[in-house]
Amino acid sequence: MATMNDALANAHGNRRKFGRDLAGLFVILGLAVVGYLLFPNNLALLTRMTAIALLVLSLDLVTGYCGVATLGHAALFGTGAYASGIAAVHFGITDPLLMLVCGIFGGVVAGLLCGVVILRAHGLPQLVLSIALIHLFHEFANKASSWTGGSDGLAGIAPDPLLGLFAFDLWGRTAYVFGVILLAVVFALLRLVVRSPFGMLCRGIKEDPIRIRAMGASPKATLVKMYMISGAVAGAGGALNAISTQVVGLDSLSFTLSAESLVMLVLGGTGSLFGALTGTIVFMFFEDIVSAANPFHWLTMVGGLLIAVVLFAPKGLYGTIAGAVTRWREARR
Amino acid sequence: MSAIFEVRNLKRSFGGLAVTNDVSLAMAPGDRVALIGPNGAGKTTFVNLVTGNLTPDSGEVRIDGEDITRLDAIGRVRRGLVRSFQVTRLFQDMTPAEHVALAVLQRDGRAGRLFGNYLAMPQVMAEVGDLIGKLGLRDLMHRRVREIAYGQQRLLEIAVALALKPRVLLLDEPAAGVPQSDTGRIEQALADLPPDLAVLMIEHDMDLVFRFAKRVIVLAAGTIIFDGSPSDVTKDPRVREAYLGSYANASHVA
Repeated sequence: MATMNDALANAHGNRRKFGRDLAGLFVILGLAVVGYLLFPNNLALLTRMTAIALLVLSLDLVTGYCGVATLGHAALFGTGAYASGIAAVHFGITDPLLMLVCGIFGGVVAGLLCGVVILRAHGLPQLVLSIALIHLFHEFANKASSWTGGSDGLAGIAPDPLLGLFAFDLWGRTAYVFGVILLAVVFALLRLVVRSPFGMLCRGIKEDPIRIRAMGASPKATLVKMYMISGAVAGAGGALNAISTQVVGLDSLSFTLSAESLVMLVLGGTGSLFGALTGTIVFMFFEDIVSAANPFHWLTMVGGLLIAVVLFAPKGLYGTIAGAVTRWREARR
Repeated sequence: MSAIFEVRNLKRSFGGLAVTNDVSLAMAPGDRVALIGPNGAGKTTFVNLVTGNLTPDSGEVRIDGEDITRLDAIGRVRRGLVRSFQVTRLFQDMTPAEHVALAVLQRDGRAGRLFGNYLAMPQVMAEVGDLIGKLGLRDLMHRRVREIAYGQQRLLEIAVALALKPRVLLLDEPAAGVPQSDTGRIEQALADLPPDLAVLMIEHDMDLVFRFAKRVIVLAAGTIIFDGSPSDVTKDPRVREAYLGSYANASHVA
């Protein structure tokens, strides 16, 4: 009898989770359509938002799910952007899907490198290592100007039409649709990954690495693997940015972008893919609206929003709302 | 019978103080051994040396004849040397089912799989349900660990250890912190451990030691001062000395 109940409970739980996955996908696609209809003249912002959302998702994988403290995550994003840009400019790989693959590959390599270095330390030293790394990446890209264009940026990226059919137009429609589909696919894959045995192992490592070692699993190897996955996601974001803006600047490898992505993640809520998306959308819209309304004091207002969220909703916007909904459901039962 | 687990002349000092001083012992499959000793006798250091969390200054640790002294903690677990913790170290937000499933998957080398939901892996869940059922946790298997009682968490610690299919099991005070009313369930779980498993239990509760162990080892000041049957341990003058100090002698004289 008990087994029967368990089986039912399991099936029910699975179906509910699957339902939430589908709901998540529909929310992303729905928001994308709404964005397209509301801001037809500002698709570039929306596409940039999609690329940054990939960066924040990628950061969530290592920070939210594994508890790694990093202020250098743009290294993965920027390497992806440069890898795809350099492939286009210097090697003539201008097919957008191939450029995407190059970006993902670049991100994975950067993730492996950063992971191996950052994971040697814990806590504050870890944070310092990550800051040192992003400065090194930035400086390297700056000095290797024959490849990267240095401080002028890498220009002249001219991607072919997507699948040979859809040209990247001046309005950014193709780039936008490409970005949204990419984000939806990555989101769906990540939902599977965070719920897989590997995802469960990562959650365990975040809570108690010694326990995980006593189970015979290596926290280090697992985290390096997660860093490579994270690199793939960030690299895809970087490639999307390179393809859509057709230029890669040093800002994509900057400490500022790393810190901002962490801010977005905390704003939305760590340890949840929905939180990462929420944080990105809210932060970037807020930034866009406020900076247009008051170009002199917009940073003050962004700071105010952050302080309010951290003080009154420490689990982030999504985390707080999700928590309230769960409590409400349990109270009703 | 040949030894499944063997410690030879294990030594470790901290700043000149020999915390583990020339400890040797051997266990055969199916052994039920209790390691006791007064506070500060070096029991925790011994456990850390054996599990690979500390490196010994000299001596060796062997599993089934293989020297594992140079292996780290992870390698030793993979050779079948599994421990439980004195204070439960469980993942508060995970369910008992997830804990045991993780251990089963890890044992089979599948914990790194990126896709697939363990809840939908029938062989894994069959084993998880079986283990959890044996320990009487079936009704709680999908609750979060933070919601279940401490005694049940201790049982879950044992379930996780068993899911790794150990050959040698080190139980570090399996009943510590459990209210008296719940120790019966834990004793039952200990009695139900697989018969061919070699079990070394570190425990303070002497009632539990006498009911569980067929052999008692007493550690004092880093050396083994007694290794024999439970019925002899209380009669041994050195053990009385170690536990009671001069009072033992005083009463002896009187």
